[in-house]
Amino acid sequence: MTSVSDPISEIEESAMRELGRVSDSSQLEAWRHGYLGRKGKLTRVLRGLADLPLEERRSLGAEANRIKLRLQAAYQEQRARLEQDRVAKVTEGERLDVTLPGPPLPRGSLHPITQTLRDVLEAFENMGFQVVEGPEIEWDYYNFEALRIPADHPARDMWDTLWIDHEGDGRRSMLLRTHTSPNQIRIMEHTQPPIRVVVPGKCYRFEATDPTHEWMMTQVEGLAIDDGISMADLKGTLTEFARRIFGEERSVAFRCDYFPFVEPGMELRIDCFICRGEGCRTCGRTGWIEILGAGMVHPEIIANAGYDPDRYTGFAFGLGIERIALLRHGVDDIRHFYANDLRFLQQF
Amino acid sequence: MLIPLRWLADYVDITLPTEELARRLTTAGVEVGKIISSAGEWDGVTVAEVVDIKPHPNADRLVLVTALLATGETQTVVCGAPNVALGQKVAFAPEGTRLIDGHSGEATVLKRAKIRGVESAGMVLSEKELGISDSHEGILVLPEDAPVGEPLASVIGETIFDLDLTPNRPDLLSVLGVAREVGALTGRKVRDPSIVYEATGEPIKGRARVEVVDRDLCPRYVAALVEDVKIAESPAWMQQRLVAAGMRPINNVVDITNYVMLEMGQPLHAFDYNRLKGQRIVVRRARPGERLRLLDGTDRELSPEMLLIADADDAVAVAGVMGGAESEVTEETRAVLLESANFSATSIRRTRQALKVETDASRRFEKRLSVHLPPIAAQRAVKLMIEICGERAAQGLIDVTAGKPKDVRITLTQERLARVLGVELSSGEVRRVLEGLGFGCRWVPPDRFIVRVPYWRTDVAIADDVVEEVARVLGYDELPTTHLRGEIPPVQRQPMRELRERVRQALAASGLREVITYSLTDLPTLQKVLPPEELATTPPLRVANPMSREFEYARTTLRGSILQTLTKHIRASGGRLVATFEAGRVYLRNGNDLPHEVETVCAALSGRKPDRWGQPTGEPAGFFEAKAHLEHVLADLRVAAEYREVVEHPFLSGRTAEVTIAGRRVGLVGELHPRVAASFEVKQDIAIFELDLEALLPHVPVTIHYEPVSPYPSVKEDLAIIVDEEVPAGRAMSVIESSNLVRSVSIFDVYTGLPVPKGRKSLAFSISFQSGDRTLTDEDVAEERKRIVERLGRELGATLRALNKLRRP
Ligand SMILES: [Zn+2]
Repeated sequence: MTSVSDPISEIEESAMRELGRVSDSSQLEAWRHGYLGRKGKLTRVLRGLADLPLEERRSLGAEANRIKLRLQAAYQEQRARLEQDRVAKVTEGERLDVTLPGPPLPRGSLHPITQTLRDVLEAFENMGFQVVEGPEIEWDYYNFEALRIPADHPARDMWDTLWIDHEGDGRRSMLLRTHTSPNQIRIMEHTQPPIRVVVPGKCYRFEATDPTHEWMMTQVEGLAIDDGISMADLKGTLTEFARRIFGEERSVAFRCDYFPFVEPGMELRIDCFICRGEGCRTCGRTGWIEILGAGMVHPEIIANAGYDPDRYTGFAFGLGIERIALLRHGVDDIRHFYANDLRFLQQF
Repeated sequence: MLIPLRWLADYVDITLPTEELARRLTTAGVEVGKIISSAGEWDGVTVAEVVDIKPHPNADRLVLVTALLATGETQTVVCGAPNVALGQKVAFAPEGTRLIDGHSGEATVLKRAKIRGVESAGMVLSEKELGISDSHEGILVLPEDAPVGEPLASVIGETIFDLDLTPNRPDLLSVLGVAREVGALTGRKVRDPSIVYEATGEPIKGRARVEVVDRDLCPRYVAALVEDVKIAESPAWMQQRLVAAGMRPINNVVDITNYVMLEMGQPLHAFDYNRLKGQRIVVRRARPGERLRLLDGTDRELSPEMLLIADADDAVAVAGVMGGAESEVTEETRAVLLESANFSATSIRRTRQALKVETDASRRFEKRLSVHLPPIAAQRAVKLMIEICGERAAQGLIDVTAGKPKDVRITLTQERLARVLGVELSSGEVRRVLEGLGFGCRWVPPDRFIVRVPYWRTDVAIADDVVEEVARVLGYDELPTTHLRGEIPPVQRQPMRELRERVRQALAASGLREVITYSLTDLPTLQKVLPPEELATTPPLRVANPMSREFEYARTTLRGSILQTLTKHIRASGGRLVATFEAGRVYLRNGNDLPHEVETVCAALSGRKPDRWGQPTGEPAGFFEAKAHLEHVLADLRVAAEYREVVEHPFLSGRTAEVTIAGRRVGLVGELHPRVAASFEVKQDIAIFELDLEALLPHVPVTIHYEPVSPYPSVKEDLAIIVDEEVPAGRAMSVIESSNLVRSVSIFDVYTGLPVPKGRKSLAFSISFQSGDRTLTDEDVAEERKRIVERLGRELGATLRALNKLRRP
């Protein structure tokens, strides 16, 4: 009868020797299969233990288990080493120049006016205003008359108008709206207070263009009407808006201004962020930049809408998006916006 | 309106520094657009008094002057002026002041210096150093009453406010009107100019007659007569004021009418009394065809809408707009009939628009002047004429008016004031403000004011106008600021707007650059990009007064402007792919009503496709690149569209499809006909797509409905069929998709050539089969595939080319 200790120690020795020669994972798997697999050499020894007398079974069993643990550990170690070698080889042979660009995807963009308009509307939406829209080609009635700017009123000179060649019934004149304010009337015609809306849209003026004037512009009209809305609320709303758009640290100031459809009327100014109030070209040396016109809705307009003017008050405001975009981005000429030069648009 | 501050100071004490005064006026609604200083920059230069003069220890021709700068503050400087004397008021500049160098004439900054061994920190200035004149012989000596410590500019400089006025305030088109604002804002009394004079002539009655025929256009006409006039230059002070206020001096009589207009805001007109036929004034409408040669030398035909001033025979002036040449005051004039009238604002505005002449008079009249003003201004002018020319004034005035004009009275409640402003103000404060502005204000306990509006404020008519007066004088910034309270109105969805913004976002995300172009265009551009029949059935609206031919029509398509922009981008891109889109409205004529404004999106791309490095390859982008963007946005909207080849101007046939949903056209995609591209000066291919958002909107799901993910495995198969070349792949796709066991299908190859027979093509699809309620067996799939192939054969004449079961995940 052969000593059982010989083959088992030989198994250990040959296993370790062969493992040292293993150079890839398929060889490693074959090795594991050969020794530790279901039909592996060591497994067979262990299975054979049952046939041995108790004492021998005990000593040989302990030894065989030790070898099994050792081979398992060696296997894990070798596997880790092979994996490491493989990764190292890949990294070495297929190293990337990480400074090269990725294949460029086409980059689109929204027009800067669209971007600023969205931010402005969002600021008001967060204050409970809803966005609605109205027609760009309007009746004189909505654009002027209903806003207390009858024909032959000198205030008409504030809005140089592009008229539509319109025979029609000979009474109603059609025009390209000069401001978004006609929507005040349109909204009041079919709504009851409380009202809280902003109306964005394009407006048009008969105007020669220069660095600060365009004949087409984008405005946002605001209107809030309710029992108990005061000029203090108007100031609060506009202050909040200015800070949301131009930054928390902005100072705002209000001055009296005139628009026929509001009373009292006002203009909102923010401190010039270029000169910080010292006076520069952007602010016309005043230290302040005009942002928008506003006021309390004229009681006649409230009454014409069929609301009780003693109970309902409200405010309206109108602001030019180009001007705000100009200030935000430091654009030096308003005509850039609708010239659509690729080198200009690419920056936004 | 130019307001010289020295003139302003005649009527009100100016207690604020110039900048601060300008700020206060601006805040109160009287915008000071610009401060013009004719004195140049004298920052830091103040009035000082010479309190001591000592000889210079090292130089005979120099002295040490001690100047009193302010109470108890003196400074000793070296001075070489021969005219310096004790007790003089002089202009003193401390170190750091910007000056004109007395010798070189260059601008310089005054530095501390040792002059012949004596330290000197400052300077007593000459006129040259101040930039007033070239005189450098001696120092500038100021009037004795010049206050020590005052900025020099406030003593001798002419500072002018250039006001940007709002059209509601004609009263501010006068120095006196601005003085009233200053008085109200600074709590100072206003000194009205004197209108008292001694009339030594015969009474005017009987020697001149005024007949107002059209009372509606002339509510008041006041005339005065001044005789023995000596026409000459007006005095220097008056000329200086007129020049400072932007008017050209002419002669004493005309200058006085202009002076009073600038002072009080009432336009006046001086007629040569002896050249008025019949010494009569008739205020009437023009007769048809009547003509008049105006003061500007032009000969005008007048119309019956225009109000005229005529003498017994002929027109002598266009009322309130411009005088006629015939009755003009000349060197020979010996007697002046002075007109001070009130005309209908509307009539004046229409007349000046028709005649295309704007004058200082028409600018004031069209803003509605006070009917109280004519006699006051007339008396003021007569007084000045007597003073300046020593003439004789006829006793009395002719005053043709409908009756004494009434004061405007307004009731203002405390409740209204608080409701509008959001703050309660004390009755005392309200009264103080209103009375400061010249309003009468009576507190009627317990809760209201009766306010009398001063005659010059033709703009104040209702209680809220008075509220504004109170608020603007107190300063809007001084009033409280609160946040909106109360109910937020119920939300009303704006589906069209939401769709447009989603499309914008999706297109920008897919790599297109948004542009915004003008809504007006020209006819040639529309003709280039629209089918002639479309232009004929929907002719664009025309602008009646276009700024230029380029912007004459409201666009009915975005194609023209997007192509014009793309053309510019192509030039700037050097062959690289450029891709733009615009989302905007087109304006479709709608009978007599407002046009139908349709939200539209148009995109265009052109250039060569990029390689891995972004460099242009040889392959131009075309139909399919445009379609890719279109499909991207439609997929984003969860909309399934169909494409059908169409032939339509301005597209290239064979490369153009209409996009339809449920049989209705919602858009187009195609390559531009090269001839049309050439008309935009583009030689390369251009692909376009457009979407009519109004047509699209009903097909866009409002919300996405979740479909349960099938727990059963899907089976993928590739299927290749052979069909006639004319059969669109889209139809084969639809047939395959219509099977309810097909979860998805995609096309992955289109092939013509051997072994596919001539005139036929091979289409290869990858199909995924899946059921929601069971695991499909191979037999299920085979059966369904068989049905599909049969249908393809039946409907499209397709034959099976190959079949390959790929995998069962
Ligand atoms: Zn500034």
